[in-house]
Amino acid sequence: MKFGVVVFPGSNCDHDAFYALGNVLQKPVEFIWHQSQDLANSDAIILPGGFSYGDYLRTGAIARFSPVMKSVEKFANSGGLVLGVCNGFQILCEAGLLPGAMMRNSGLRFICRHVYIRVEQTDTPFTNAAAKGQILKIPIAHSDGNYNCDEATLAELEKNRQVIFRYTTPDGSGGRFATAQEADDAGNPNGAVHNIAGICNRGRNVAGLMPHPERAVEAALGSTDGLTIFRSMIEALVGAAKATA
Amino acid sequence: MATAATEIKVTPEIAAEHGLTAEEYARVQKIIGRDPNITELGIFSVMWSEHCSYKSSKVHLKRLPTRGKLVVQGPGENAGVVDIGDGLVAAFKIESHNHPSYVEPFQGATTGVGGILRDIFTMGARPIAVLDSLRFGEIIAGRNTSEEEAAKNRRILDGVIRGIANYGNCFGVPTVGGEVCFEPCYSQNPLVNALALGIAKKEEIFLAKAKGIGNPVIYVGAKTGRDGIHGASLLASAEFTEDSQQKRPTVQVGDPFVEKLLLEACLEAMQTGAVVAIQDMGAAGLTCSTTEMASRGGTGIEIDLAKVPQRETGMTPYEIMLSESQERMLLVAEKGREHEVLAVFNKWGLDAMVVGQVTDGGLMRVKDHGNPVAEIPAHPLAEEGPVYSRPLAAPAPRVESEKDWFAFTPEGTSLTQNFVKLLSSPAIGSKRWITEQYDTSVRTNTLAGPGDSDAAVVRIKDPKTGVVKRALALSTDGNGRWCQLNPRVGAMHAVAEAARNVAASGARPIAATNCLNFGSPEKPEVMWQFSQVIDGVGEACTALGTPITGGNVSFYNETLGKSIYPTPVIGVLGILDDASRVLKIAFREDGDLILLLDGSTPVVGAKHAAPSLGTQREFSSSEYSKTIGGIVAGEPPAIDLSAEKRLIDCLVALAAEGSLQSAHDISDGGLAVSLAESCFAANGLGATAKLEENGPAEAALFGERGARAVVSVTPAHLARVLNTARQYQVAAHELGKVIRDDAFRIQYEGSAVIDSSIPALRHAWAYSLERAVKNA
Repeated sequence: MKFGVVVFPGSNCDHDAFYALGNVLQKPVEFIWHQSQDLANSDAIILPGGFSYGDYLRTGAIARFSPVMKSVEKFANSGGLVLGVCNGFQILCEAGLLPGAMMRNSGLRFICRHVYIRVEQTDTPFTNAAAKGQILKIPIAHSDGNYNCDEATLAELEKNRQVIFRYTTPDGSGGRFATAQEADDAGNPNGAVHNIAGICNRGRNVAGLMPHPERAVEAALGSTDGLTIFRSMIEALVGAAKATA
Repeated sequence: MATAATEIKVTPEIAAEHGLTAEEYARVQKIIGRDPNITELGIFSVMWSEHCSYKSSKVHLKRLPTRGKLVVQGPGENAGVVDIGDGLVAAFKIESHNHPSYVEPFQGATTGVGGILRDIFTMGARPIAVLDSLRFGEIIAGRNTSEEEAAKNRRILDGVIRGIANYGNCFGVPTVGGEVCFEPCYSQNPLVNALALGIAKKEEIFLAKAKGIGNPVIYVGAKTGRDGIHGASLLASAEFTEDSQQKRPTVQVGDPFVEKLLLEACLEAMQTGAVVAIQDMGAAGLTCSTTEMASRGGTGIEIDLAKVPQRETGMTPYEIMLSESQERMLLVAEKGREHEVLAVFNKWGLDAMVVGQVTDGGLMRVKDHGNPVAEIPAHPLAEEGPVYSRPLAAPAPRVESEKDWFAFTPEGTSLTQNFVKLLSSPAIGSKRWITEQYDTSVRTNTLAGPGDSDAAVVRIKDPKTGVVKRALALSTDGNGRWCQLNPRVGAMHAVAEAARNVAASGARPIAATNCLNFGSPEKPEVMWQFSQVIDGVGEACTALGTPITGGNVSFYNETLGKSIYPTPVIGVLGILDDASRVLKIAFREDGDLILLLDGSTPVVGAKHAAPSLGTQREFSSSEYSKTIGGIVAGEPPAIDLSAEKRLIDCLVALAAEGSLQSAHDISDGGLAVSLAESCFAANGLGATAKLEENGPAEAALFGERGARAVVSVTPAHLARVLNTARQYQVAAHELGKVIRDDAFRIQYEGSAVIDSSIPALRHAWAYSLERAVKNA
């Protein structure tokens, strides 16, 4: 089992993802340079957070054209596991591997804080180690995490149970809201539609989320809840390996 | 010397326009043995500007203690370097970017962060944390501030915060701490001081000394444009007048994305072993980097400007040499191995060009398409600039009497309302609105971010193995109000508070960096303040064992003739041998005992020393006096450095033995604020405390005397803590208890002086900045 962490120019959570997988979880992991089309036989790909290519145009808009993304698309389309975190989520949306798009946070500012997200679906390779409804405490750090999409897409997402994480309050009671302040009070930090913090594709092998699980992997950092997501991926890969063996 | 390339004939008048005095101009003529051409004049003017040459401060800075057994590199390089064990070193430094941040808050602040980050990775160290020490004018209209003024200050605050966030967040370094204060004197002249910390392997530290005749000189990074020309000389080294907005073109523009690429490329290039020396292009750009590298290396340097990557066409040699375009570096490579270095920069998509070579003879020779445009001996240019022993004059002593001082509220009155008002002031209130705009957790090292502990604490992952053992703690502090009232004592407090904060996080203070913000050095009373502050910083750093390893002096912080408070900002670095022993401010459990540790009463269990006759005078310099009474007068609290040292050593020992539940020093707002903040940081805990002291209740609750900390301890550990405190001759006075209840109650000599609930107090405190800002 091997993880590949893609390095775009401007990625800045690449080292953190590498550390979480390699040092904390002791799994083989390798960096993949953005100009390479070789995914180094990885079994799962992480698109890390950061400001790829400076994100001066629109988050993820340039990165989706980099050479490595051609291979990532192929890999995803053939069922490979791809997780996009923060900027990685934005890139997946730009690349069309996930539906929807990110808007500027409703408060129009960068926000970094711990948030609480509820695991909505557990039948995905990213959440199978979680209990349905489990609340995870994981930090966010972004300016553009206000997930949005058209009504039809939103209905599809909900119908196909593709919303896998939703922002909520620490006790899980977070609800709907009318204003930015209410959204904040309800645990939604950025105004995302339907409190969406993370989604997967219809094939359930590609997922993106705004919170940073790689920053919540040790008690000293304030939470270990991010491990749940990586452990889910590991379990899925072990399961897949057994199935093909 | 050919002057064909430049047509302007240099006259003493033009020299004066460049900020050079008649004597300085004569010195220029003497060094080069003729009249300079315009490019050479420009070079001299920036190198000899106050900002680059330290000509007014040099004679005083010599008095600072700079040596220590852990100091690997003291002042004079891009950053100070200290040994942190296991073959690793920490590089850290603080720098100001005050004037640019007033003229153009976003870009001014953003490039301030960019500049200090480059100073760190130029040394071969990967930046792991940034702190920002900020001073603004009042953001709420009031006694000394009109609504128009307050609105302007809010805009500056907003731009500065966005600027800092923009750079650090994109670059990928956590902004983990710092402080922000508001005083009317900073209204026309905010202070933006940025501190960066990085780590490297000890044997992989890089210095900026050009070596090896014939070695190629390589320009890397962003292209050179016309931005920031004369930033160092005209913007940073002169006071503001009414037309300061016209100086906007002298402000640089930052690109954190390019800086991130430059970081990765520089560290990778250094690993090739083909890099001999490296220096960033900050203030005075290409001029300063070429001159200083040659001067430090005892060599000459020759470059051709035609090879310098340029963003614009038609730039003159003068403009190229003086541009302060950001995200650029100059490096010297080993001859024959330049392709290895160029390849790394090409990989990262950055410009990299061989622009010249190291020469012997000590001359800085600048050519343009082969034609010489400047020839100046590098060493005299860098090291033999003017040095001034400017006149000092103590101001006339302030004549104050009791009526100028804070009048204490009659005994027996509830102080709850005043306390709520204090908590909701921008000075004391939560800084969450600011710190949430910073990425505080990237790089997954942050053990204590803003508000978690008295200092910011980041762990050290071994660069190769990722193994964590130690952590570093950092705090920046400086009370300008106290320095205005008594510069020497105020400066000692700045050092003591930073060191105390570091100790309250559990770390042993080991070194310091300073950013000295003052008015015009041409005013004798400002130079007197400066000299007093140097004495105070020196004395305190010696007493507390924290040598100064670097920093920066910022003069001319005045507008229309009015100076800011003298504002030394001290950054203290500490080391925690066991990263798991971080102390935080939050109370932890119901039933824990709250103790007041006091280094100034060397008898365990004794009541506090009776307040001196100066209580009222001393209290008039407090945050409470300013916020509640509108009075800023008197003297800062008397300081006892040996008491500070005892408390620091005691806190470090208590952290190491793991016997404390929480620790929080007493500073702005006094004991009552410390107690409340320890409750706010906890989840669902309150506190009850009883104080018995002689004197007014307000002095006991809100007085800011140093050498004190509030700690909490489980009943089981109480005996151990008392024993350790006794060993360090620190008084431990039992104040009260942590309770699982919303209540927050303080009794003073038997009567309830503060009686409130945590939710009510928290509401006042938590949203104070948001309320102030959204008032806009």
